[in-house]
Amino acid sequence: HLTTSLPLPSERDHLRPRIDMIVFMIDIKSKCSLKNVEASLSYVDASFFLGKVCFLVTGVGRVNYCSVDMNAIWKLGEAYCSPVLFCELELEGVRVATAQRLLRMLQICAGHVPGVSALSFGTLMRRSADD
Amino acid sequence: LPPQHNADPQKTAFLLRKQWTLYSVTPLYGFSNADLKHYARLLSAFTAAEKQKGLAVEVGVELDIKVTVSNVPDLKGSDRDQDAILVQLSLRSSASQKNSEDKLVWLGCFCCVFGDHLSENLPEDFTCLPLFLANGAEGYTSIVGSWFQKTFDCCFRRLAISPLNLSWMAAMWTGCQVDKTTSAMELVFSAPCLPYPLDISYAIHPEDAKALWDTVQKTPGEITQEEVDIFMDCLYSHFHRHFKIHLSATRLMKVSTAIASAHCDGIIKFLQSKYLAGVLMLLTELAISQIQ
Repeated sequence: HLTTSLPLPSERDHLRPRIDMIVFMIDIKSKCSLKNVEASLSYVDASFFLGKVCFLVTGVGRVNYCSVDMNAIWKLGEAYCSPVLFCELELEGVRVATAQRLLRMLQICAGHVPGVSALSFGTLMRRSADD
Repeated sequence: LPPQHNADPQKTAFLLRKQWTLYSVTPLYGFSNADLKHYARLLSAFTAAEKQKGLAVEVGVELDIKVTVSNVPDLKGSDRDQDAILVQLSLRSSASQKNSEDKLVWLGCFCCVFGDHLSENLPEDFTCLPLFLANGAEGYTSIVGSWFQKTFDCCFRRLAISPLNLSWMAAMWTGCQVDKTTSAMELVFSAPCLPYPLDISYAIHPEDAKALWDTVQKTPGEITQEEVDIFMDCLYSHFHRHFKIHLSATRLMKVSTAIASAHCDGIIKFLQSKYLAGVLMLLTELAISQIQ
């Protein structure tokens, strides 16, 4: 399910399936997208931040178009205990690889991978990012 | 911004009020300040040869280009910086008019203003002049660039200025003291629209901009990313209140203030000699990060 901001409209609550994972997309070329994500985060239930949220930063290929300070994004990841992934949407290879990665994460968050919980996976991801 | 000190502003006045295209240059190998006249002769021969290539022979037209290479000791940050090097190309007047002056057609300047973090770890044979400014026809820039690249094994790259860096410049330059009433601060944005991108120009009265910056900046002489963000956000929300357009979703392309104007494609214009060193210091830093 794709949306431009949170909260989701309440009218369709009863028709909506369970949400297993939330990916917040930040376009490094648009300050507005960071502001939007920051505002939307406050509508997310705290339980999601136990491994069911991640930040996806796009537009990183073009350093010269950068309007967002990377430190602000790292701080966001730290503050919400969620991993930060990078993707260049225009490159098919990267796009496909990122989609596969997200799909794998979703499987874990939905509980379809026996022996791996969303929380343990999230911790694993954060530790490897720090290295 | 540190105002320029100990330097003769007359010597650096040639930088003012001209449009300069910026490049980052990797350290020059085997360059010597003592051989400048020799370099001028070599470059002159090279330029003449390049100009001959592909030129249809025109009867009676002689393209005689005079090359001067000089150093500008007043153009540097600290004593640890190398002297700036100025390259000038002039069209020699034809032999019959002995009294007329040569016409200056192209200027190029290599400089380094407070470039310690690049120069401190370099071996002896390298000269650190990471910032190159060019004024004049692109054809000449290309010829001079090629000669330097071949002779000193260095690499020129257009210096791009990101929207993030442009907002720093907007905040920094707004805070500078300017004596007389000055031109408005102008920000130009590119908004992605179909079928053609839209250019939005936002002009702000310089006193209003300075008043805003003064409320944001906590420590004089120090600027943080947070302060720059707050400053820009205030400008964006003001614009949104009036026009219902989110400038934060667009790309900042150009910043013009009374101090200087900068374009994201790496084009700069210096307007105040008092802050020349400060702006050059910032550009040197950008050039160094592009090299590394």
